[in-house]
Parts: sequence; C-alpha cells; structure tokens
Amino acid sequence: MTSLLFNPVYGVIAIPIIAAALLAALPGYRLTAQLNVLASLLTFVFALFLFFVGRAAPSPYLLIDDLNIVFIVLNTFVGFTAATFSASYIGHEIETGRLTPVNVRFYHSMYQIMMFGMNLALVSNNIGLMWVAIELATLTTVLMVGIYRTHEALEAAWKYFILGSVGIALALFGTILVYVAAQPVLGEGEMAMIWTNLVAHASEFDASMLNLAFVFLLLGYGTKVGLAPLHAWLPDAHAEGPTPISAVLSGLLLNVALYAVLRFKMLMAAHPEALAPGPLMITMGLLSLIFASFMLYRRRDIKRLFAYSSIEHMGIIVFAFGMGGPLANFAGLLHMVMHSLTKSAIFYSVGHVAQIKGTQRIADIRGLTQSHPVLGWGLAIGVLAIAGMPPFGLFMSEFLIVTTTFAKSPILALLLVFGILVAFGALLMRLSGFIFGEPTGAVKPAEASFVPLYTHMALVLMAGIYLPGPMVVWFQSVARLLG
Amino acid sequence: MDRLAFDMAHLLAGGLVLVSFMMIYQDRLYALLNVFALHAVVLSMSVAWQAWIQDAPHLYITAGIALVFKALIIPGALHRIIQRLGIHREVENVVGVGPTMLAGMGLVSLSIVLMLRLTEVADAFAREDLAFSLSVLLLGLLMMITRRNAVSQVVGFMSLENGLILAATGAKGMPLVVEISVAFSVLIAFIVIGVFLFRIRERFDSVDISALDDFRGDKK
Repeated sequence: MTSLLFNPVYGVIAIPIIAAALLAALPGYRLTAQLNVLASLLTFVFALFLFFVGRAAPSPYLLIDDLNIVFIVLNTFVGFTAATFSASYIGHEIETGRLTPVNVRFYHSMYQIMMFGMNLALVSNNIGLMWVAIELATLTTVLMVGIYRTHEALEAAWKYFILGSVGIALALFGTILVYVAAQPVLGEGEMAMIWTNLVAHASEFDASMLNLAFVFLLLGYGTKVGLAPLHAWLPDAHAEGPTPISAVLSGLLLNVALYAVLRFKMLMAAHPEALAPGPLMITMGLLSLIFASFMLYRRRDIKRLFAYSSIEHMGIIVFAFGMGGPLANFAGLLHMVMHSLTKSAIFYSVGHVAQIKGTQRIADIRGLTQSHPVLGWGLAIGVLAIAGMPPFGLFMSEFLIVTTTFAKSPILALLLVFGILVAFGALLMRLSGFIFGEPTGAVKPAEASFVPLYTHMALVLMAGIYLPGPMVVWFQSVARLLG
Repeated sequence: MDRLAFDMAHLLAGGLVLVSFMMIYQDRLYALLNVFALHAVVLSMSVAWQAWIQDAPHLYITAGIALVFKALIIPGALHRIIQRLGIHREVENVVGVGPTMLAGMGLVSLSIVLMLRLTEVADAFAREDLAFSLSVLLLGLLMMITRRNAVSQVVGFMSLENGLILAATGAKGMPLVVEISVAFSVLIAFIVIGVFLFRIRERFDSVDISALDDFRGDKK
C-alpha cells in the first residue's frame, strides 16, 4: 500500500521552499507573481495526491493521518487562490507606488516560506518540529505585516511580534513539559517528542504534568488562534498588512495554530485521568465569541471589522471542539473549513474595494452594487455567508453546533446563540451601508480577478446545500479521531 | 558527588531567578543591559553544568551560544542602538519598583507552588528546575508588561527565552533539535527586532512604544 517512491508529502514541503529560493533570485514582479501562483498550484496538486496515494507509515518527523489531510488540502487550496488574488493586488500596489519591486520580491519569497512553515507544521510528527514550523510561519507574517512601513503597519507588526513571541514562548514551555512528562516512560531523546508515540503511551504519563503542559499549550497556541484575552495583535495585523496576507492569516494561520491545539487535545483525551480540555476551550471560545461580537459594532475600518469577525468565528470553532463528541467535532471541522473559504473570499473582495476607493474607512465605502456590481455582490454574498445566513455552509455548521449544544447544555447554547446573533446584527448593519446608497469616492472600474472570490463562494454555497457523501464520511472519521 | 551536582545546579538556577529580579528594578538602559549580560552568563554556566553532569556534550554548544550571543554580542549591539538613538539618559517610567517587585515575588511563589504540587512524580531535579525556569519566564513577561521602552521590552523577551533554555536543558536528554532551535529563535528574534528598531527609529526617532500607541484602535 505504501509507495515510497512517490510520497506527495515531500512535494508539499519541498515545492514552497524551492519556490522561495527562486522567487528571491528572480527579478520582475509579473514573472514572480505568476511563478508564485504556479508554485502554490503545484503544492495544492501534491496535497490532493495525499488523498489517493497510499500513506507512508509515520516516520519520526512526518505524519499523515485523516485529520491533517483536511488541513493540508485546505491550506494549500487557499494558499493557491490567495496567490492568484495577490498577483492582481500586487500589480496595483506597484502602480500606485506603495510597494517597490524589491519589496515585492521579498514579499513573494516570504509568502512561500510562510506556506512552507504552515505545511511543515501540519505534517510534522515531532512536537518540537511543529513548534519550530509555527514559529517560522509567524515570523514571516510579521515581516509581511510590516511591509508598508507606515506608522500603523510598524505598530501592528511590533505588537504582533511581541504578543506572538510571548505566545510561542508559552507554547515551547508547554512542549518541554510534555517531554518531561513523557521522558520517564519513553526514555530520553527523540522518542519522547514523537506525537504518535506520545499518544500511544499517554495513559502512562503523569497526569498533573500533562495538565499543566496543556494549559501552557492552550495559552501559547491560543494566542495565535486569536482567542479572547490574547487577541490584541490580530485586528492590527489584519488591518495594516497587505490584504492577501490578511486573507492568509485569517484563513490559514489561525487554523494551523488551532491544529496544534487539537493535536494536544487528542493527547489529553488519550489519558483517562488528565484534566478534560473541554471546559477550558469552551470558556475561551465563548469569551472570544461574545467579546468579538460586541467589538464588531464600533469598527470604522473595514479590514478591522472582518478581523474581529475572525476572532468571533475562531471562538465558535474552539467552542465546538471543546464540546467534543462526534457531532460537535464534525460541526467544528466543517465550520473551520467554511470560515476559511468565506473569510478569505471576503478579504479578496475587500482588498479590491480598498484599492479602488483608496481607503479602508467604512464610512467612505458606499453603494458598491451600483458602482461595481460584480465586486459589490461578491462582498454581499460573502458577508451574508459569514453572518450565518442560509443556504450557505456556515449556516449549516452553526446550526449543527447550536443543536448539539442544546442537547448537552442549554445554558451554554443560549450564550452561543446570543453571541452569534449579536455578530449577525453588526454585520448586516454594515452590509447595507456597503452595498446600497449613492456610490461615494472613486468609481473607476475594478481591474480585479474575481475567480478566487467566486470559486470560494460557490464552494461554500455548495457545502450549504449538499455535502458530498465521501466528504461526510471523511469528516465523521476525523470527528471520531478527535474524541 | 551526586549531591554536589544537584546543589550546584540549584545554585545556578536560583541565581538566574535572582538576576531576573535585579533586572526588574533597573531604571537605566545601560544598567539594564549590563544585568542582562550577567543573566546570560549565569545561564551559560548553568547550561554548562548541566552538560557536564548529564554527560551531554552537545549542551556545551548551547552554553557557548548563550555566552557569546547573549552575554556579549546582543548587549553590545543594543548598547550601540541606544547610543545612536540618544536615549541613554532616559529614565524609564517603570510601573513603580515596589509594586513590580511584589508582583514578581507573587509570580515566583506561584510558579513554585504550581510546579512542586503538580509534579510530584517527576524526579526532584527536573521538577525544581522547572519551577525556577517558570519563575524566570514569568519575570521576563512581567518586565515586558511593565516597560514602555522598546529596548527594555526586547531585553524582557530575551530573559524570558533564557528561562525556556533553562527548562529545556534541565529536562534530561531533550533532543538537540529543540536546543538548537531555541538558540536559533533568539538569533532570529534579534534580527527581526533589529530590523524593527531600525525602522522605528527611521520613522519616529523614538523607540518609545507609547509614541505608537496613538495609532491603536481605529482611525477616527
């Protein structure tokens, strides 16, 4: 079953790193933008192969299982569409002189290194390697957030860097604690850092040590997920960086951090006496959801608005995984995929809108459906979907989460519904402003690529109406795996 | 001999916590850098001691990195940055030495209680070493919170990383991958911060983060 001659995992990791080297060396932004798209496409194709080619047995460093295939395919797919969007976005930035060709060369190279970091984090079987990979992805995004070198961009990057480093430091401490817990059982050295080993022997570890480790890991990686008390970096980083990076941050990097949390949650679940991670995750999730929902009302900057919406949705997802059980896990997983697709689509349209209008102020963006029908309606569909309107996929996943929560704990479900409704109100209020009324500001036609935007929305719509059978089976098996 | 090894390791780890406390009340940047260099020296001694008693020669590399990079190169570079920016005379507005020290003591006792209670099974050294390193980590965090100046935030972050290295070397046989990565992360952190400091200086002629705070939140 295993064909070691062709292991697509190597492609998923190697292509971005080779591309990063090439992109750093090649001049000319048109060529490099195309190459960036091509590399991302190739990575995506290799990720798809993971479904079909037999899996190699877990090695000390690499692991492929049902759970991370979902993440990898999603990651590389959004990475590819974001690269397509980025190609048209960057062209405009060069014309208006906000970025120089040297900046762009750096940007493309960093983009691929970030993809490398995220893919590596997703396939790694070694908790130390996973930590290094997430750290790498974070550092590259810090550099990209600060790329405009304006006051605001520098502040955002600095804040992101400081908070991200604190988060990553806490996560490393948690990783060390896991090793200390595992070392008496698995012996010294590498064996005690390999995730598959850890899970297999988890029940023999010292429970209190694992508990403490999980608290640090949840706080550390939770900072990256953007969970509520530790979210301060997220809105700034989204608002001040280039929009393709906002899309990738919201759609992918948050997921990668979430993936790390889930891996350690599985480790905790494998130990009968360890603390149940559920209540912790439920609390943080609800807190993020309700806090972010209220914050949505006072936003004046369009990218910041959707950044808070990302915090809100990550809250919902973490809540769902905290509830646990096959159905809530299924819903959480579905919600995560739908949120990634929808939120990145929204950022694709917001990026073009901000370029056309020359501003990110919500008050200056009016009447989009009149001046730019294709873009305006795309944004409208995206916002409706993210607010949780049927028939989109997010409605279905939110509905599933709410109903399973009602069955287990009505009070929590009420809080959840309350948060979702508050956010719903805020988003619809903003939406009518964007879409209707007299167009303001520049009305020049958009030179935009709408393919990524509408592809994502079509997928989200399709998932809301009909989920293909094999996908349901796949998600169910992953949900069981998550416990 | 075994007893001596244990006591020595304790002495050095405890010394690191002590130096962390010393950093908290330094209100001049140069003095802060000097104490940080001392912090790094104590760390490298502690790591070297671990290398010797665990018979793990690769840890000497980590010790060397701590000594060369953190005790010499980084304080030196930050020294120059401070000079170039002309902020060496600035007295920092720390939250007040008294409350900060009290908070620091609270954090140390918290981490000791947490570690000694929770980890009764792990061997005595690993457990106490973890308590010390958690203290160093939390004190570093405290410093990052109470300082407003970018340079001292960076120093706070590096002392936090020192705590991590102490934890990683105390955990017996922790794979080399992690140690090198920790050392590397410090290097990368330094490069990134260097870039940032340069840019911040370029734009504002100030590394006071509160100057940036005007831009927090939404633009009106």
